[in-house]
Amino acid sequence: MKARVHVMLKTGVLDPQGEAVRHALGAMGFDGVKGVRQGKVIELELADGTSEADVATMCEKLLANTVIESYTVEMV
Amino acid sequence: MHAAVVVFPGSNCDRDLSVAFEAAGARVSMVWHKDTDLPEGVDIVGIPGGFSFGDYLRCGAIAANSPICKAVIAHADRGGYVMGVCNGFQVLTETGLLPGALLRNAGLKYICKTVGLRVETSNSAFTEGYNAGDVINIPIAHHDGNYFADDATIKLLQDKDRIAFTYTDNPNGAKADIAGILSENRRVMGMMPHPERAADAGHGGTDGQALFRALMGALTVA
Repeated sequence: MKARVHVMLKTGVLDPQGEAVRHALGAMGFDGVKGVRQGKVIELELADGTSEADVATMCEKLLANTVIESYTVEMV
Repeated sequence: MHAAVVVFPGSNCDRDLSVAFEAAGARVSMVWHKDTDLPEGVDIVGIPGGFSFGDYLRCGAIAANSPICKAVIAHADRGGYVMGVCNGFQVLTETGLLPGALLRNAGLKYICKTVGLRVETSNSAFTEGYNAGDVINIPIAHHDGNYFADDATIKLLQDKDRIAFTYTDNPNGAKADIAGILSENRRVMGMMPHPERAADAGHGGTDGQALFRALMGALTVA
């Protein structure tokens, strides 16, 4: 079994990389992009029986820094 | 004073920090990240700059969960002194010993230059060698030094006199120009600039010396 964890900077935390990507898209002629937020996707291969709660604990302890980041867990 | 300097894979300021402690008169033990205990009788732990674990995942995140960091947290919980410089500051925020986090520099560039720092408080063993309001010149060298904390935390740091240093000309977007902060008991300090790189005449500046000498004075009496 697998889990996919999405980690994003929280709303209100400046994302200078996303902002740079937005600028680049604008410079390339993509006018409709009002904002870009860049995050990361972490895929975990898990032993059978690992629960979503276990993955959430991994997120709290290591995969995300909840001071600045939020996360969502998707069991796949 | 007995200082322990932690070495992670990718630390690159560990020897500089050790030399600065020794120049101030301290005895220094180097401690490997896989060690589970600090040497007996350590007064202060130094977490050096560098790129621990390649900055993978987030700067300092993997180091903060290493075996030695459990011992460092226990040392701090007992009222022990801890000082984190640059990557060491990032590690200390990741352990939760200091609040907030260090984000990518607002200008997205790695910055390596000497900057002006204003000493915000002389009320700590780290800063009592300066006067509040002093401006000192200390090098920075970081890509992720943009201090962030929510507004309530920033206000708490300000109200409790826990901001150690601010930038005179904010290079990285840090909130409230914060370059270094203190823990609630004022015994854990993290800062992005490198005082150990301004601690010898050969460095081109000696404004960091007072920090190590003050520590030596405070912790030798204790």
